[in-house]
Order: sequence, then structure tokens, then C-alpha cells
Amino acid sequence: MSATMEKGVRVLKEVMDAPIASYLNSCVHCGLCAEACLFYTETGDPKYTPIHKIEPLRRLYSQEYTLLGRLMKMVGLSKPLTDAELAEWQELVYNSCTLCGRCSVVCPVGNDIVYMVRKLREGMSASGNAPDGIKGAANRTVTIGSPMGVKLPAVKAQMKHVEDDYGIPIPMDQEGAEYMVMLSSMEIINFPEYLGAIAKIMQQAGKTWTLCSTAFEATNAGMQIGNSDLARLIVSRIVDGAERLKVKTVISPECGHAYTALRWEGANLIGRPFTFQVKHIIEVLGEFQKAGLLKTEGFETDRLTFHDPCQLARRGGVIQQQRDLMNQVAKNFVEMPDAGFINWCCGGGGGASAIEEGEELRIEAFKKKKSQLDAVKPDRLVTACANCRIVLEEGLEHYQMDIPVVGLTEMIAEHIPEKGA
Amino acid sequence: MQGPLIDTLARQGVTRRTFFKYCATLASLMALPPSAGRAMAEAMAAAPAAAKRPSVIWLPFQECTGCTESITRSHSPTIEGLIFDAISLDYQETLMAAAGHQAEEALHKAMKDNEGKYLLVVDGSVPLGLDGAYSCIAGKSNLEALKEVAKGAAAIVAMGSCAAFGGIPKAKPNPTNAVSVSDVIKDKPIINIPGCPPIPVVMTGVLAHFLTFGSLPEMDKLGRPKAFYGETIHDRCYRRPFYDQGKFAKTFDDEGARKGWCLFELGCKGPVTYNACATVKWNGGTSWPVESGHGCLGCSEPDFWDGGGFYKALSMPANPLKMASAAVAAGAVAGVAVSFANRAKKSAAKAGHETTTLADLEK
Amino acid sequence: MNEMQFLTWVRGTGLNIAVGIFLLGVLWRLIEIYSLGRKKDLSAPRQVAGASGWNTMFRRSLPPKDMGMVKRSPVSYIGGYTFHIGLAIIVFLFAPHIKTIQGLTGLSWPGLPSQFVDLVAVVTIAAMVVVLVDRINKPVKRYLSTFEDWFTWLVTFLPVLTGWLAVRHLLLPYTTMLAIHILTVEILLVVLPFTKLFHAFTLWGSRYYNGAVNGHKGVAV
Repeated sequence: MSATMEKGVRVLKEVMDAPIASYLNSCVHCGLCAEACLFYTETGDPKYTPIHKIEPLRRLYSQEYTLLGRLMKMVGLSKPLTDAELAEWQELVYNSCTLCGRCSVVCPVGNDIVYMVRKLREGMSASGNAPDGIKGAANRTVTIGSPMGVKLPAVKAQMKHVEDDYGIPIPMDQEGAEYMVMLSSMEIINFPEYLGAIAKIMQQAGKTWTLCSTAFEATNAGMQIGNSDLARLIVSRIVDGAERLKVKTVISPECGHAYTALRWEGANLIGRPFTFQVKHIIEVLGEFQKAGLLKTEGFETDRLTFHDPCQLARRGGVIQQQRDLMNQVAKNFVEMPDAGFINWCCGGGGGASAIEEGEELRIEAFKKKKSQLDAVKPDRLVTACANCRIVLEEGLEHYQMDIPVVGLTEMIAEHIPEKGA
Repeated sequence: MQGPLIDTLARQGVTRRTFFKYCATLASLMALPPSAGRAMAEAMAAAPAAAKRPSVIWLPFQECTGCTESITRSHSPTIEGLIFDAISLDYQETLMAAAGHQAEEALHKAMKDNEGKYLLVVDGSVPLGLDGAYSCIAGKSNLEALKEVAKGAAAIVAMGSCAAFGGIPKAKPNPTNAVSVSDVIKDKPIINIPGCPPIPVVMTGVLAHFLTFGSLPEMDKLGRPKAFYGETIHDRCYRRPFYDQGKFAKTFDDEGARKGWCLFELGCKGPVTYNACATVKWNGGTSWPVESGHGCLGCSEPDFWDGGGFYKALSMPANPLKMASAAVAAGAVAGVAVSFANRAKKSAAKAGHETTTLADLEK
Repeated sequence: MNEMQFLTWVRGTGLNIAVGIFLLGVLWRLIEIYSLGRKKDLSAPRQVAGASGWNTMFRRSLPPKDMGMVKRSPVSYIGGYTFHIGLAIIVFLFAPHIKTIQGLTGLSWPGLPSQFVDLVAVVTIAAMVVVLVDRINKPVKRYLSTFEDWFTWLVTFLPVLTGWLAVRHLLLPYTTMLAIHILTVEILLVVLPFTKLFHAFTLWGSRYYNGAVNGHKGVAV
């Protein structure tokens, strides 16, 4: 089997629902969605207008599901979708859309454009029109277990390092633990301090937790490529692991789309509600903080600001917790303009950071983040998504801005006193 | 033939001064300058000094004689004054003494003696059905008679809505295939004086204009003299302030009706009717329909009989909306049919779903 | 056909046809769109006050808070509000229109003074022209615009313009102007269910779905 246009079209027919039909019939071409999208605001190129990105979806809907559209197709007034067109749209659907969701928030007629981009990706991926970069990541996630190719031995090696460094045991496959912790490839490879931070925090809070040998990877490349079948495959591993270990809560790490994939799409992908809860690590920390289980000492004194990952805040509903946590360990926390729910995307989410051809565009779009930072001039930038961290670092480097980027969980953990101290 | 009209009037007790005042009033009614009033007076006063009084031939077609009745109510000049002193009414079936062959002879003599100079007045519509057999005089159809008499006329006055626009005979279903004068005659100057009937002084005013100036007054697109048909009833109606305030009589004897409120809701066609009723009024200025409590019928407008009903307000649809429920039902059926087709298509797509594996990401 | 016959036709047959097609179209399109249904969301919801489909249905009528959107596209917001509110005032608070609705449905309510509605009409006409010019000038709007956008603008503009001309006795004699006005309204009715003008009906559902999906996650949009 291989990808074909026919498969793509069939999949698009499957995903059509009343919301999409309602949205497509409501658009009045006001162009306000473009004003909310950083790919348009920083380039001035109208082709990046969000509603334009889903034009193939609109045409297919019209031709297949409306009487007038069908008639127009029959008499030749409306041309059917072609593979070449979808190939042409790849840049718009992937490179220039991070599924950040700002467009959906501003549309005056209520269109949820990011929802439609997500659905269009189903057809794009099934017809073979997803970008190579994400295809590679999907491939590695499915075959190896992680988009960056991290295998269990590598994880175990990191576990050992952390155990040695922090002196805290890292449990694996512990049945009956309250929390099952997941990691993203980025953390395993680039930010191993995250695991240590988890260990410290859990120890202080007195909570039982465990890693899962068959489901340590949270990143869902199937989500990013926009393919439910693959996304389901990846999510199922996590669900199987969590149910096998009978954990109460699965913790999604500092990764944006992993949270969205598991917390919001997971149950719908496997077709039944979960028997466990799913929380983002920041949510968990927030709960610990409110319950008095997060005791820290000392403060960061330099000027800090926070970048809200799109999938955590605007698309995930976790907005206040990170602020409360920042205030617990930072004396000089300042908000950048447009912080919180309306934050601008780092430019690399939704799989965009894996697309080499899209790098130039991402760099240009980064001017928006740059302007936010220029307004607040922080010493360091804190965030809670490993992908955001990478993308931010790349952007800052390009624009020669000397602002180190740190993860919130790590920063919190640094202020947890050593046990026995 | 008598002496100058001015002497006739003096004999009847109308002073010179009164006569000039009448001409001035007539001139101002037609929005003509004062000099026209003088000209009119001189022309009319001196009229008999000319070789003859101008010949007027009045042909009645499919009419109800209401226009003739109306012109006889003209108070100034009176019909007597007109026909005795100002014009030579050589043929008018209702008023003339002669009948039968004698009347026919008078008609043909007048046509011959005044060829090219007589004024032809027509009232009633012209039936075209059955080759015009629906209305004949002396064995000749109205259509034939009109064409024949119009040949030698200087101008034609289509008196009343029937002659001007077809009137009541033309109303649905128009069984006689009635048409207006201007539908038949295309090569003569025609002035339409619509109204069912027209206001008396409007009829005489136009005649006076023609007598004075030898030409027809300025006309609107429908051939009506602008002097009398230039404004709508609505724009001159004394009840207009009530319209603007939204005070409407809802029945003919409710409180609003008794208070003299606007009759729009009772079907008044004032907004779309051009006539002089609101200013000149009827019966020598006594009253007019709205003042008497009945909405304007729009009788000086073409096809006013088929205007959707005299008692249905202009804002109401002319026919009841009988398609509404049928349309809703049809729409629902169409929508449900499409929705079934949609569901079938979606299910088929789902059924044909081929689970994507990694290989399937490549074309 | 003379002006009186024209007026009688548009008040009668024309209106019958137009309202018939309008009702048929609205029913058909609503069912066509919403019968596709929506799968139930099986993920655990987050309950947050003020975050729901119903909230968004109304809240979305205002520009989003603190996003600087009005500044980025003032004509879209200010022009848009002006002509929408203007249209609503003209259609629903002008006495002759209320009379027509009363004739069709039996419902009636007090109107505004005609002179005020006249002013609103002028402002609405101006706003619509400004909105059109903006659509021509702004790169995004121009890029997105198809024949349908220009056509629906015209079809919405003409009733306002011809209505105002009729009341003011401008351009053509009143009877003809009134007939043309009613005709342009009929064209608008016929075209509405099959063009983007149908957003008048679907935006409620769209906002609801958007608000519901985000409300499920505890985000008030």
C-alpha cells in the first residue's frame, strides 16, 4: 500500500462534520484571522491567511457535501482536487501553521480554523503530501518508539545518570504507582535535568511514580503529521502502559502537542474514555503547590519572563498555574506583552520545527517573539515545552539575543532543598 | 355666435375684474407666470373676435360617462360658459341636442370645416377585441373612429383614466382587450388627463391652456400635465404629519379614523399617486376622498384597479403569502434528502478506510 | 410594463417567489450543514465558568480582549459594526418596514422617527462604501475575495441605497424607485441562503461549536 490521492480524498470525506460545514459556510472573507497569525504579520504575505490554508478542504466539502457544490462539479464549474494542488498546499498546511490556535480565537463568525487545519492534515498525510521532516519523525516514533530515535536502552542510561547525580531512585514499570511520568525525546536527549527535577519534586511531595518501559515517549508525531491512525497507534501504547501499570494519572511532560494528543484527542482516538487522568506536569506542580506539597527555598533574582506554549495555555487551558509557580521561585518575574492566553507562538510547534524547508519562514516569523522580548528585555526566558525551548534558542541565536532559555520544572526543582538538608 | 366673451360674462353678472381674477387663479394653478393669466384672459375674452371659436370634438368610447359628468361640475368656467362662449363643442353625445344621423352629420361637417385645427377629446378606452366590435357607434368601431377622427386633429386630449391608460375595462382579465388612446395613435400630440374621473378644473384648465397658447402644457413621462400631476397625494396630504408620527386608523370607524389619522393602513395609495386632489380638492374645493375618511384609490395611475386591492396597504404584499409553508416543507425535504446522501457518503468513506501505516505516508 | 404594474408585481408575485425561495433555501441549507453531526468528545472535560458554546455565541460579537485586533484592522471592526447595526435599525425600526413585517407575521413594535432612520441610512451607506474600499485596498482581503464577495456586497448595498433614494424622492419617480427597492430586497432574499450571506444563520452554530470545543478544555474564547 502507498499513499494515493484517492485515499486522501476518502479520508477528507470521513472527517467532515457539522462544525466544519458550519465554519466553511460562515466565513465572510474578512481577513481578521490573518491579523492574528504570526506567519502573516511578520511576512505580510496574504497566502498565509489561515482560512486560505484550508482552501482544499473547503472545496472538497462543497463538492461532496452540498447539493449546489455537487452540481457545480458535475457541470465542470468546480474542479476536483488534484494531487498537485495538495502538494502545493503543503507549505501552507505544515510549514506555516503550528496549530497555535490564535486564528480560532479572533474569527468574528466563530470559525475554529485550527480544527480545520488539523483535519486537512489527515487528507494531506494519507495522500502522501506531508513534509519529509515530519514523515521522518513519524516513522521513527512508530518504528523505534520516539521521533528522535531514542530507544529504551538510551532511556535506561539516562535514568542511571540521574540516579547517580541526584541520589534518588528512578522507578520503572512500578505497578500501582499514582503517577506515570512520560518524557519527550527532547528531554531525554537534550534536557535530562527534567527527569531529575521530577524525581526531586515527587520525593518531596511524597508521591509514588514510575516510568513505563513501553511508553516513555510522549511526543505524538502522528498528531503533528495529522494522521489519526498513526496518532492512535502511538497513544495506544501509552494507554496500554497506563492500564497495565494501573496508574491514577499519566503526566505529560513539558511538550506542547504531546499534551494535546493525549489529554484531548487520546480518548477520541481509541474510542472510549480513559480510565486514568491525564495532566500536564505544570498542572501537577500547580496542584502540589496549592496542596502545600511544593516547598521551595530561595529565589531567582534576575529578570525573568515566561513564554506560554500554545498547546498548554490557549489550547490546553493551563494558564494560571505557570504564573503561580513562577511567583513562588522568582522575585523579578515580568510578563511580556500579549502573555498568557493570547501569547504568540514560538513558530515551531505542530511539527513545524522538524521541517527543514520551513526554517527561513520560522526565522522570519520569530520577529514577533523578538518584539515581545524586546519590549520586556528579560535576562532569561522561562517556558514549559521542550520544543519551544529548541525553537526559541534557534531564533534567539539567529537574532543574536543573549537570553538563555530554561524549563520551568527544572527551575522549580532547583529550589527544592536537598533531602536531609 | 355672440360678441366678445367679456360682454357675455358682463351680461351674466361677472365683472371684468372677476374674470381676470379667474384667469390669474387658473394660471397660478398651472404654475404659469402672471403674464400667462393676462394672456389667457385676453385670448378667452377676445375669442369670439376671431373668425370662429375653436372646434372641439368629443368622442366617447368604452366609458361610463363619468368624465362628462365631472366636466359639467366645473365651477369656473362652467360648462355652459365654455360651450357657449369659449369653444365650439361640435360633437358631444351626452350634451348635444342632435341624435342619430343629424349628430353624425355634425361630426363630419366639423371635421371637414376645421381640418387640422380641431381639438379631439376622447373618453373611454378603445377595445381591440373582436376587431373592435365590443364598442361601436353608428356601426363603426371605436378603433376605426379614433383613427379616422384623429387624422385631422391638432391635438388629442385623453380625458380620464380609461382614455389615458385603459382604465376599468383594461382591468384583469381585460375581456375586450381594451387599450388607451396613446396605444392606438402614435403621430399626434396627446395629453393624458387621468383620474376616475379627473378633477373638473383640471380638465378645463388644460383646455384653457390649449385655447390660450395653441399648444399642450408641459407633461410628465406618462403624458400628464405636470402642473396638476407633478406631486403625489402623499406629499401634499394634510394628514401627512400623522403618517410621519406613525398614527394610523386601523378601521373606518375606530378612534384613529375619527381623529382623522393617516389612512395608510386602510389601503391609501397616496404615496404612489400623482394628482391634484389634495390641493385642489373636489366640488369646488369642498373635500376629497382622504378628507372624507377614505384612502386614495390611486385612480390617476395606470392599472390602479389591479394594484393589489384598495384596502390593502402599500406595505402589504399584494397577494397573500401562500407559498410560505410549502416552501418551508420543500426546503426541509431537500435538506433531509441531501443529509441522507451526505451520511451515506461519509459512511462509505469510513467503510473504505484503509488504516495508514508508515509506508502509506509515501506516494 | 408600466411603473404601477411593476410595483404590483414586485409586491405580489415577486415577493411570493422571493420569500418562498428564501424559506426553502434556509431550511435546506441548515439541514444540509448541521445534519453532518458531531462526534461526542470522550476526553474528560474541564469545567470553567464562562467557557462554553453559549458564552462564545454572544461574546464573539465583541473583539477579543487585549489582542490589539481593532488596531490592526479598524475598518473591519468599526465599519462592520456600523453597517450591521445600521442595517438592523433600518430594517427593524423603520415604520414602513415594521408595517410589512406586521402584514406578514402579525407582530409589530414601535419604530424610530423617520428622520433618524434617514440619518442611519446615510451612515450605513457610507460605512458600506468604506468597507468595500478596504476590501479592495487591503492585501489579505483582496487576496481572499472572489466574485461572490463583490456580488454579495452589491446585493446588500442596493436595498439600502434604493430605499433611501425612494424615501428621499431622488433619481427616479417614487413609484418606480419603490418598486426597484422592493425588487433589490427580493434579490437579496433569493441569494442569501446560497452565498456567504448565510453566515447570518450559521455563525451562531459556528461560535457555539468553537466555544464548546474550547470550553471543554476550560478555555473561554
